[in-house]
Amino acid sequence: MAIWIEEDAKVLVQGITGKQGMFHAGKMQEYGTKLVGGVTPGKGGQEVLGLPVFNSMIEAITETDADATVIYVPPPFAGEAIIEAANAFEMVKGKGVIVCITEGIPTLDMVNAAAYVANRANVRLIGPNCPGIITPGVTGGAKLGIMPGHIHAKGRIGIVSKSGTLTYEAVAQTMSIDEGQSTCIGIGGDPVNGTGFIECLAAFEADPQTEAIVMIGEIGGNAEQEAAAWAKENCSKPIVGFVAGATAPPGKRMGHAGAIISGGKGTAEEKFEAFEAAGIACARDPSELGQVLLASLKEAGLR
Amino acid sequence: MNIHEYQGKALLKAAGVPVLEGVHCTSVEQALAAYDSLGSKIVAVKSQIHAGGRGKGTMYDPETREEVMQGGVKIAFSREDVENYATNILGNVLVTIQTGDEGKLVNNLYVEAGCAIAHEYYLALLVDREDKSVLIMASTEGGMDIEDVAHNTPELIHKISVDPNAGLLGFQKRDLGMALGLSGAALKSFFKMLGSMYDLFIANDCAMVEINPLVKTEDDEIVALDSKISFDENAEFRHKNWVELRDLSEEEDVEIRAKETGLSYVKLDGNIGCLVNGAGLAMATMDVIKLYGGEPANFLDVGGGADEEQVKTAFSIILEDPNVKGILVNIFGGIMRCDIIARGVIGATQSLGLDVPLVVRLAGTNVDEGKAILAASDLNIHPADDLAEGAQKIVSLIGGGE
Repeated sequence: MAIWIEEDAKVLVQGITGKQGMFHAGKMQEYGTKLVGGVTPGKGGQEVLGLPVFNSMIEAITETDADATVIYVPPPFAGEAIIEAANAFEMVKGKGVIVCITEGIPTLDMVNAAAYVANRANVRLIGPNCPGIITPGVTGGAKLGIMPGHIHAKGRIGIVSKSGTLTYEAVAQTMSIDEGQSTCIGIGGDPVNGTGFIECLAAFEADPQTEAIVMIGEIGGNAEQEAAAWAKENCSKPIVGFVAGATAPPGKRMGHAGAIISGGKGTAEEKFEAFEAAGIACARDPSELGQVLLASLKEAGLR
Repeated sequence: MNIHEYQGKALLKAAGVPVLEGVHCTSVEQALAAYDSLGSKIVAVKSQIHAGGRGKGTMYDPETREEVMQGGVKIAFSREDVENYATNILGNVLVTIQTGDEGKLVNNLYVEAGCAIAHEYYLALLVDREDKSVLIMASTEGGMDIEDVAHNTPELIHKISVDPNAGLLGFQKRDLGMALGLSGAALKSFFKMLGSMYDLFIANDCAMVEINPLVKTEDDEIVALDSKISFDENAEFRHKNWVELRDLSEEEDVEIRAKETGLSYVKLDGNIGCLVNGAGLAMATMDVIKLYGGEPANFLDVGGGADEEQVKTAFSIILEDPNVKGILVNIFGGIMRCDIIARGVIGATQSLGLDVPLVVRLAGTNVDEGKAILAASDLNIHPADDLAEGAQKIVSLIGGGE
């Protein structure tokens, strides 16, 4: 078992006929992801990568019984693509997982999309502006996003992060101590997103395959602080953490739309302190995450 | 993206939010003509820069750095006052708590009619990232630094959260107005003003609208006396008018050029340049340089799919900074292949005649090919296997920490 996305999940790609969508759909297939179709309004009936293209999400889910969708739609249309997917999953199956990779969606579009998804209890949104979610299998697995599949291996470490390449760094760190991953989730670097840290921690806590967790945050907002407080009360599994942006100047946006220290709030120091107060073992250098994790596993009697 | 007060006031006025009459000026003559046309005995002469604390700032001569005048916002009681203040402001530098020591050159002025103030309030609209909704904040403590109010007397800040499914509702506007102690005509005026302000926020894809102070006049009218508006840059594609509202002199030239080539760059004060893929890893790279005793010169994210040309542009932007004594390249190849990065690094090094130490750490897709390409070149490139090693190497190559 893993969280939210099983190894054999049936997956759709919204925006499959676009350059990005087609490229990454190919990579997802190569990894072993069970793609069942794509959606591009007005291009229904075509075939891409041997997959049927549908005009709408309702049609696509009805025909393929998909469990999840990955969105590679450009920013002006991505908010609506999320809403279309949420509506379709709710209507056809009563549930589904939406992964939105798109960077640059207007914040108010995300306010609307997030509220729409939140009203549908069994529909989950991951992202936007994220690398996606991956559940590695023994051979292949389910890769819903843009992460390099080949660096992963099936295992017992759950990873959750706001950043893309820093997630890959964390994966490499687990591999450096011969540990694989249960599921890795990039929740995204935008100010308003779908699934947050706490939901990921709760799911990892409940997942029998996951035995320890790596949580990677960055400056901006207070999601890390809230997650740490939650973990202290509710998480029995070891957690190791890192926060990026200790050297970031206040008031400057550091690449991600949400990565900004405003009014002196949301600093890395504040977040590290919250992590440490919750008993989360911290690495101040991401190249040390592996060793910190190893020490935590030993302490918990898991190595 | 920030806009000036005078531009914000024009937006507020068009949206139906009461503002005072005012004129945007770029010369002393225009300021005097504005005074004559406003027909108000008392006017405010206000410096227009993208930073707060203008009233308590100081004007300096840009060449001699001698103090010219206390305050960047002045109340003028006569034509002579207007002439005097406009002369002291235009073409001079305003230093406030938000500008840093170098301050900002003031090229724009706003001359605004006065009014009889009965009370000053604070009002702000912003997107609350935790609540995933638009948050409206108001306080009876107008004209003060809201951070201080929040810290010392949080009970004086009143908040309402707008459910995106329902929009801003009548009872919420009433509740907030009553929490501020308003009644009668003033409450009615507040109710109408807040509706217009919320509509403006949504229609213009604002990131924040801050009115400090919002005032109640002696005639019980609610008027926006200041305006600080910023837009969500992600929504630029649907606001063609933002091009005209943008004041490029308020932004770092090099940051604008970086953005045009798809790079995200922020200049810092240190001497080790960084070139990284991904925002999180770019921040972590800076952090680790600092951890090993160095000081990062910049944040630079080349993005997920950079090509050889972008890598070259990134190098030339880093090298524009005269403080840079060494460069650390840190790439975790996902979609981006390490062999392509390696070729880009070599191409850039050769064409730019790089003469500072360069450490390159590659990991991920095609890492072995990338390392082989770097090793085969006769350039002075120092390889590293992980971030810690890379940071330690570059710090020692430039002769240790500062």
